[in-house]
Amino acid sequence: MGHAYTPGLKVTDKILLTKKRILPLKGEVIVNKGDRVKPDDVVARTMLPGTVEPMNVANILGIPPEDIEDAMLKKHGDDVEEGELIALSKSFFIFKSKCFAKIGGKIESISHVTGQVLLRGDPIPVTVKAYIEGEVVDVYENEGVAVSSWGSFVQGIFGIGGETHGAIKVVVPDNKTVLTENEINADCKGMVIVGGSLVTSDAIKKAASVGATGIVVGGFDDKDLREFLGYDIGVAITGSEEIGITLIVTEGFGQINMAQKTFDLLKSKEGQLACINGATQIRAGVIRPELIIPFGGDVHAKIEAADYREQGLNIGTPVRVIRHPYFGQLGKVTNLPPQLTELESGSRARILEVEFDDGIKAIVPRANVEMLES
Amino acid sequence: MVKMKPDDIGVILATDCGSTTTKAILIEKRDGEYRLIVRGEAPTTVEAPFEDVTMGVLNAIAEVEELSGRRLLDEKGKIISPADGEAGSDVYISTSSAGGGLQMMVAGVVRSMTAESAERAALGAGAIVMDVIASNDKRLPHQQIERIRHLRPDMILLSGGIDGGTTTHVVEIAELISAADPKPRLGTGYRLPIIYAGNVKATEPVMDTLAEKVDLKTVENIRPVLERENLGPAREEIHNLFMEHVMAQAPGYRKLMTWTDAPIMPTPGAVGLIIKTIADIEGIEAVGVDIGGATTDVFSVFRPGGTREGIFNRTVSANLGMSYSVSNVFAEATLPNVMRWTPFEMDERDLRNRVKNKMIRPTTIPQSMEELVYEQSIAREALRLAFVQHKSFATVLKGVQQQRTIADAFEQKASGETLVNMMTLDILVGSGGVLSHAPRRNQAALMLIDGFLPEGVTRLAVDSIFMMPQLGVLTQVQPQAATEVFNKDCLIHLGCCIAPAGETKKPGTILDYEITLSGGKVESGSLEYGRMKLIKLGLDEQGLPLKAKARLKPHKGFDIGRGRGDDVEAELSGGVVGIILDGRGRPLALPEDKKTRISKLKDWMTELEVYPEGALDR
Repeated sequence: MGHAYTPGLKVTDKILLTKKRILPLKGEVIVNKGDRVKPDDVVARTMLPGTVEPMNVANILGIPPEDIEDAMLKKHGDDVEEGELIALSKSFFIFKSKCFAKIGGKIESISHVTGQVLLRGDPIPVTVKAYIEGEVVDVYENEGVAVSSWGSFVQGIFGIGGETHGAIKVVVPDNKTVLTENEINADCKGMVIVGGSLVTSDAIKKAASVGATGIVVGGFDDKDLREFLGYDIGVAITGSEEIGITLIVTEGFGQINMAQKTFDLLKSKEGQLACINGATQIRAGVIRPELIIPFGGDVHAKIEAADYREQGLNIGTPVRVIRHPYFGQLGKVTNLPPQLTELESGSRARILEVEFDDGIKAIVPRANVEMLES
Repeated sequence: MVKMKPDDIGVILATDCGSTTTKAILIEKRDGEYRLIVRGEAPTTVEAPFEDVTMGVLNAIAEVEELSGRRLLDEKGKIISPADGEAGSDVYISTSSAGGGLQMMVAGVVRSMTAESAERAALGAGAIVMDVIASNDKRLPHQQIERIRHLRPDMILLSGGIDGGTTTHVVEIAELISAADPKPRLGTGYRLPIIYAGNVKATEPVMDTLAEKVDLKTVENIRPVLERENLGPAREEIHNLFMEHVMAQAPGYRKLMTWTDAPIMPTPGAVGLIIKTIADIEGIEAVGVDIGGATTDVFSVFRPGGTREGIFNRTVSANLGMSYSVSNVFAEATLPNVMRWTPFEMDERDLRNRVKNKMIRPTTIPQSMEELVYEQSIAREALRLAFVQHKSFATVLKGVQQQRTIADAFEQKASGETLVNMMTLDILVGSGGVLSHAPRRNQAALMLIDGFLPEGVTRLAVDSIFMMPQLGVLTQVQPQAATEVFNKDCLIHLGCCIAPAGETKKPGTILDYEITLSGGKVESGSLEYGRMKLIKLGLDEQGLPLKAKARLKPHKGFDIGRGRGDDVEAELSGGVVGIILDGRGRPLALPEDKKTRISKLKDWMTELEVYPEGALDR
């Protein structure tokens, strides 16, 4: 297999980004090609079919299912109000059984086999927002749009919480400092807070309580994550947590310095709008959390796009080790022997030789490094 | 389809298109027997930018060409068929799990009866069952509708009611499905296929309810009477629809389907087929496990009461795996259960972070011994949990009234009792990276023993390069080739495990043994409670296990297959590890005290040569 290494996460100062904003069902697009949009602008909307409430009318009235048509006061397709009388049993006695609609909506079906009536509730409106600031470059009729913008882009390794935005506020002096609750105050409201090597559980809680929209940090402890969420994340499919704040980890679990390049980039953009999304999916078709700092520029001038190419490992390629015993250490590849080599664990794997920033040399399996952009 | 007579087939080419890798194998008949010649692999090309599965297939075949020296593709990149001298192959077959495999939803009336039968049919056909909807699944109808609407399965299997029984409930489920109006996962140009396999009397009202919205197929009832399951027709229809709809939607598969000489099968369905075939040919009981990165599949064939036709079951534990799902294993097993297999102490905070880092960077491998050891501890728990799920699913039919004798009443036998019997199990086969690629085979053997806790005498093996899927399809074309290659090239025979079942509070001997090895040498001795022993018995020149004869005398309170305290004479199979005597008793109770437990783990691992000498000294 040719690719025995993990390509690094993207961190770039200037890139042309395009985000597709698509409805879950066909609907209406309410912006035009060429329009400028802001993150909270609605670009498309639709109505989801309402919830369905089955009612076994035959059982409620105490009649055989085949008699249901006669008992129904409302017919297929009729509108009903919540609590409205929809069926009445015919009887020679004075007391007749009645059936009232559990929800408001339409009669979707009446079954003479089961005696079941399906009530379809009112449609549920769904909207899609622009998420980033930029220009509508494509309109997909009845489906959605594509929004483009030049911007800085930081890909995280793991996140929780969905799409949001806020101005960047760096609250630590460097990429090594732990972000604690002491660094967070009322000024953080509506902001995307940037920390260093770790964020504590108390700091996340405080950030959420003061109304910060997001936190971007090098690492955090799984134990704290569990405490904050109240459950253990078993499979890395996130983004739908309703926790009032979006959290993006750029390096991994545990205390790990945020990559200097990432920290410097965020520091240089302090005060600017950042659009962030914690959604992570580590399966085929991987999704990583992201931070986008949109800025102006002609989105049609693709010639200016940053030349980002994923290149193979070479002598001199800067790498980060992503597994113990050298987890988090940065260095440069010094040798790439082609043959399989036995590791301490006894496994045989393709390895590389690396010289860490402190001058120490080591052998690491190629599968355990990720490339950094030089 | 294969035009050649099975006996004339001399060269077989087979591929398995996985989600990340496409694997090709070449089998040839040489000197009257079928053997694996070479294996090649290439990245799967289902996703962008390639979006054509055949590119990966051709790349994998090209590697096979290179390694074997046999020309398999012509100038136009077409497979040369039939074989002619040093070129071409007589048969080409394939399996596939690319694009997420076959994802199904099943529905039935009673959760533990028709819904469970439907689940069994779907799993047996190789599907991932996304959800099971039943009238009594404790969800309210509107919740069920919401769930059906949100799932986007490849197809739905609907069952319910015995033939001639009440129709109301199954039609009610059909009404829920109709209200949800579910859409297929792949493609937009076709209607979702639904297979109806329920009460024949309800066929018409079910068709009235669903036919306008979905592509409805009807097959024989999955549960025509309470006492009998009839899974075959439903499974066959699932395979047909898999080919017609799912495969046909995946990029490049329409082309691939025209190349193969037998229908493309879902990978797990093919693995189940080879295990069932081998177990039936040999008349044995078998358990197979495939522990992957995201899921763990368990397959079993048991024959309660010595039935000729074994009962096959498959379960998929969707979130038990060693990379994408490793954190979930940890969450489900809990920290103390993982740590009980680890022969040293670890800091909880650090361990939790390491597990999560593996989850977010799933392709990394253990470099240090410490990393390997704790990863193998987690694997034991993944295997154990997957097997617990399997045992509770592989049962005799639930809801069937049984004729009971007084003896049964004392034994508290119930309807729905598990078919899994570790004492009668003959062979345990493991596959998946953590087992097949363990640096030492002894590690795989001990992980299998700890995860499954076999009792009595059980053979142990691992799949060397995961070619069970290809061999599964091959059983449909050339069964002899499939079984020969399975025994000689696919399996790495580890040896066997002898584990007396029983417990005692007193230390002392629980088993006396006398083993006559293949050369006539006799190994005799006694096994102490709480100890493990390894006796070497390897393989012959053909790579097949050497045999030994054993007289096993369990002490009072311990059972080795014939009842407590009763002697057993058995034939033992050797392997690359040998004969493992496991005196830890069953059920296995590890010492509560951490120090004692660590010391015991080290003793067992040292005796079985699991890790290099001194590797566990910290």
